[in-house]
Amino acid sequence: MTRRGIVLLALLGLLLLVAPLVADRYVVSVLTTVLWFAYVGQAWNVMMGFSGLLSLGHALYVGLGAYASAALFVHFGIGPWLGLWVAMLVAMAAGCFIGFLGFRFGVRGVHFALLTIAFAEVARIGFDHMQWLGGSGGFFIPVAGDVGNDLLNLRGSPTLFYYVILALVLGALALSRVLLHSRLGYQWLAIREEPEAAEAVGVDLFRARIAAVAVSSALTALGGVFQAFYFNNLFPEQVFSMGRSIEIILPAIVGGIGTLIGPILGAFILTPLGEGLTFLIEVSGFDLPGLKQLFYGVALVVIVVFRPEGVWPWLARKLRLVRAPGESA
Amino acid sequence: MPLDYYLNIAASGLLNGLVYGLAALGLSVIFGVVRVVNFAHGEMMVAGMYGAVLLAGFIGLDPILSAPIIALVLFAFGWGLQRGLVNRFVERPEHMQFILLLGIATIILNAMLMLFGPDSRNVQVPYGFDTVEVGPLLLDAVRLRAGAAAIVVAAALFAFFRFSRPGKAIRACADNPLGARVVGLNIDGLYAMTFGIGSAVVGIAGALMTLLVDARPQLAPEYTLLSFIIVIVGGLGSLPGALLGGVLIGMSEALAGFLLTPSLKSLFSYAVLIVVLLLRPQGLLGRRS
Repeated sequence: MTRRGIVLLALLGLLLLVAPLVADRYVVSVLTTVLWFAYVGQAWNVMMGFSGLLSLGHALYVGLGAYASAALFVHFGIGPWLGLWVAMLVAMAAGCFIGFLGFRFGVRGVHFALLTIAFAEVARIGFDHMQWLGGSGGFFIPVAGDVGNDLLNLRGSPTLFYYVILALVLGALALSRVLLHSRLGYQWLAIREEPEAAEAVGVDLFRARIAAVAVSSALTALGGVFQAFYFNNLFPEQVFSMGRSIEIILPAIVGGIGTLIGPILGAFILTPLGEGLTFLIEVSGFDLPGLKQLFYGVALVVIVVFRPEGVWPWLARKLRLVRAPGESA
Repeated sequence: MPLDYYLNIAASGLLNGLVYGLAALGLSVIFGVVRVVNFAHGEMMVAGMYGAVLLAGFIGLDPILSAPIIALVLFAFGWGLQRGLVNRFVERPEHMQFILLLGIATIILNAMLMLFGPDSRNVQVPYGFDTVEVGPLLLDAVRLRAGAAAIVVAAALFAFFRFSRPGKAIRACADNPLGARVVGLNIDGLYAMTFGIGSAVVGIAGALMTLLVDARPQLAPEYTLLSFIIVIVGGLGSLPGALLGGVLIGMSEALAGFLLTPSLKSLFSYAVLIVVLLLRPQGLLGRRS
């Protein structure tokens, strides 16, 4: 990255840091959504972007993380800071299981993607029938009124949640960078580009791929924990839905798969786009159900047709934020 | 007596499954040749359903008779889609094709939501409540006709690919695109034709489906996933496999809905999918590539 890029990035970080001090509640809530999608997009990027494993069922890990931490809190009074470890373990176990089945039996490409969808759908239907966790009627974390900011139990104001998710995004960014420049990261890139060649030079494909799934699912589960305590309600039809899985992967794809900044940039493009569309539709008074999603679909097609490698690599070159083309980290 | 129950349920599941299989056939044709997974498949199917609803509402046409008209419209749509957008994505990575077709699916789905609203619409046919007795079986006339029509269309499709010149050319494309180009076939044109045929087939499946269920936009993603399951179970690129997979899934849905609760019926389909992916990833009738 050039000096210009670093300065711009630092400025953006600073802006995000002081945003709740100057912005109103609405802006903070939109920013929280943006950062949430940026975070899970980064988590997904570890699988698809770094190691070339297309998962279309990441809602599974969000949901498992959310339900695990919420169940521990509601049924056993165990707080989220302990619960998140369980949540991560549960999601990781699920991810490794799917990965094990998929890689063990040589399920590749489209088939692997469908396997991930299938497991997410199975979880959705299963949780719909799990009465202990509220079933299809939803699972709720009690809201204890105005008790001030309680970071220990993750109860409090929107500002608290904003800073928690901001910390998660920065943490994931740092982790992604470290991983990408580690031995494992180079193995992932090799596998993504040319699995046969990677195997020929001695990369253990199975182990590296499982590692990618484990990291990605555990990180995604943290996003689920955040979601559970931020919204205080969980419905299988939403949390595990195919639509949610797609929402998770869009920011990374729009921003630029395999890049560090891509998922974050993508979230900053898509969520405000959605909010802006809602606003425009309300102002114009021309409200039809589906109109917003229709524009969303059009935007998606336009982006993928004109910026197939994502917006970030192109933007970084245009603004001279990175040195050489292709070296977009 | 219980055996009769099971037979009846299996038979109605089989007839439903033939229509599912026809829809999946469309997906299989497109994937087998163009190598693009049509994530807008269920959306096209529901578009076919609305076509049948409209034709029945305005000119009182039976869905089976409106199927050819719908097929023409969807052929044109699929052809144009491949020419205009999908063709430039054929060589690109899977996730990009996925995003493109997802965007298209979103557009179709929400356009239908805006045009027709979220409520279900149905088609009234004079034989709507008739039943036909075959031995111990008591079959709904609508199901019987829909299943029979599905078989006729599937047979026509098989004949097209086996005997006609364009059908053979398309198969050549599927086998070896480079070789097909070398012998002078117009690959882009054949791809567009294939996408059109796949879309037409799923449109017909949609029209037939209106005999069995009410049309509503929300069905679209379900049908997309259902078609995927069927195609994977039967074997990607295998046309008989798609029909077989459809019948299997249709029957398992019907039996699961009867033995367990109806809301668990798709769990059963996913279980079948997972087992097949693990034990026979190429599908029941697929060949290992």
